Amino acid sequence: MTSPTIEAVNLSKTYGSFTALSNLNLRIEGAKCVGFLGPNGAGKTTTLKIFTDLIRQSSGEALINGNNVHTHKKAALASVGTVIETPEIYPSLTPNEALGMIAAIRGIPPFERKKRIEDVIVEVGMQEWASKRVGKFSKGMKQRICIASALLSDPTIVLLDEPTTGLDPRGMSEVRDIVKSLKKKDRLIFMSSHILSEVADVCDEVAMIDHGKLLVYDTLPNVTAKFAGGANIVEVELIRPIDVSVLERSVAAIQGVVSVERKDDKNLRIKCSGGLEIQEKVLSDLVRLNIGVVSYKPASSALEESYLNLIKDTL
Amino acid sequence: MEKPVSAAGHKVPGSVAQVGVVMRYSFLDYLRSRRFVILLVITFIIGGLLTGVIGYYRPAGFLGSPLSFLSSWWGLSVTLITVLSGIFFGGDAISGEFQNKTGYFTLPNPIRRSSVYVGKWLSAFTASSIILFIFTAMTLANAFYYFPGMSIPWQFGESLLFAWLYLVGVLGFTFFFSSLFKSSSYSILITAILFLFAFNLIDTIVSAFAQVEPWFSITYGSQIIGNVLTTPYPDHITKVAAGFGPRAGAATFTSYNVTIPEGLAIIGIYFLITAALGLILFERKEFN
Repeated sequence: MTSPTIEAVNLSKTYGSFTALSNLNLRIEGAKCVGFLGPNGAGKTTTLKIFTDLIRQSSGEALINGNNVHTHKKAALASVGTVIETPEIYPSLTPNEALGMIAAIRGIPPFERKKRIEDVIVEVGMQEWASKRVGKFSKGMKQRICIASALLSDPTIVLLDEPTTGLDPRGMSEVRDIVKSLKKKDRLIFMSSHILSEVADVCDEVAMIDHGKLLVYDTLPNVTAKFAGGANIVEVELIRPIDVSVLERSVAAIQGVVSVERKDDKNLRIKCSGGLEIQEKVLSDLVRLNIGVVSYKPASSALEESYLNLIKDTL
Repeated sequence: MEKPVSAAGHKVPGSVAQVGVVMRYSFLDYLRSRRFVILLVITFIIGGLLTGVIGYYRPAGFLGSPLSFLSSWWGLSVTLITVLSGIFFGGDAISGEFQNKTGYFTLPNPIRRSSVYVGKWLSAFTASSIILFIFTAMTLANAFYYFPGMSIPWQFGESLLFAWLYLVGVLGFTFFFSSLFKSSSYSILITAILFLFAFNLIDTIVSAFAQVEPWFSITYGSQIIGNVLTTPYPDHITKVAAGFGPRAGAATFTSYNVTIPEGLAIIGIYFLITAALGLILFERKEFN
């Protein structure tokens, strides 16, 4: 079996004079999870909608496993599961029926259908609601059914557009767990998100886009190494005010500290030269200084730094 | 052409089979919907009112013969029932896919948009036909009450067939408007205004004042449903002298009655053109 592939070739989308997507070239191949990042209006959803034929490109091609999504939609989407925005389901149908419809559209044979529907409903934790009408479900419950429909045909490619948007913290965590579990099955997952911690937690690679242009596509460690400036920021809260001279003489001199910013007399922002090991050493040295450290937490992740550096440059 | 196969080995069904799937499930959705119940209630109210009024007043015009009964009862209300069914089931069938976002659930799958369009059209047609046949049953039940042992006049069968064809035309038209807008309320409102007021008004103005046959209007075409129950079939053109006092007879008003071939052609052409346009619009419309 060939490895799953999605490819954008000179993909552009314009709305009048507004360019939503500009000559996007991106090829993702193999079983992995790729986070698709960018600010609002960057072109993430536009890209995913073109890949699902919900909108048409102005020029270029969107290919899934070598099939043009617009001209050969059925072949292109045969092995693809999608959740784009927050889909709604015909309100009078039950999850069993709605999934039965998708299973029939996808050609899952009747003798397999019942078992397959049961499996995906269990996978998204909706077994108690399988025979209740969707009309009265919460947004989170509907989102789970939509994820179940995306998994129904055991796809090799899963396209997710901000799958945790609009969910409560518990729902977000559960959806994140579902996405993590998808990775275990040798799938290509292409997921847009605003939540950087979510992407850092789940994805192997990231693609960043802004103003319709691809800024970077690489593995997570490569992106953070290139664009996070090799630094991580920690925020330190003190129990008593710190003297400026102590700050300049002792804190700034700690090995691994790149710079120190005094937010107020009890709060510092320290830029470290490296990851967790250096941060741990900086913390021990700070405690040794006996300046009253009561809280020590990362202000941003390396991915966040990379994101902000890249996006800032395009403003 | 060979059918695409998913990585799990499932053959994606052909478009015709997928039409059947969409039809089956959207029909289930219609059947359980509040609007189906509301339309059923409206049908029973119209039927019930006619039953009560005729039972109480026993108007001679109704009770002269089975045909005159059917002509008055059926001719009075069946186009309204047909139009209401079309609006209720077709008015937002396509716009709802955009506004309610149900299209985001069905369309990012290996299915052509045309299969969804045709499937939804067939389910709306089936649901509307159920309403139409319930009203037919009420009509015939009343006719048999007043004329026990009567044989159903052939004209009634023809009229029912024409009403059914009119339903096809109305649904073609409502689906077209439904494809034109992304807002369900717009598409419902506009089709309702057109069918319940605008077309009738245009027919009257054009024929009475401009003295032109309104061959371009679907409601004019629908006159065959009532006309076929009139014996003899009304003349195609009727001129009536008008005027008062010394000018009596100086003016003539012309009224037009659609002929059966003309009516069938109008309804058929309306359906073909609006169904094709609606389908093209839906194929081209973007989910943004």
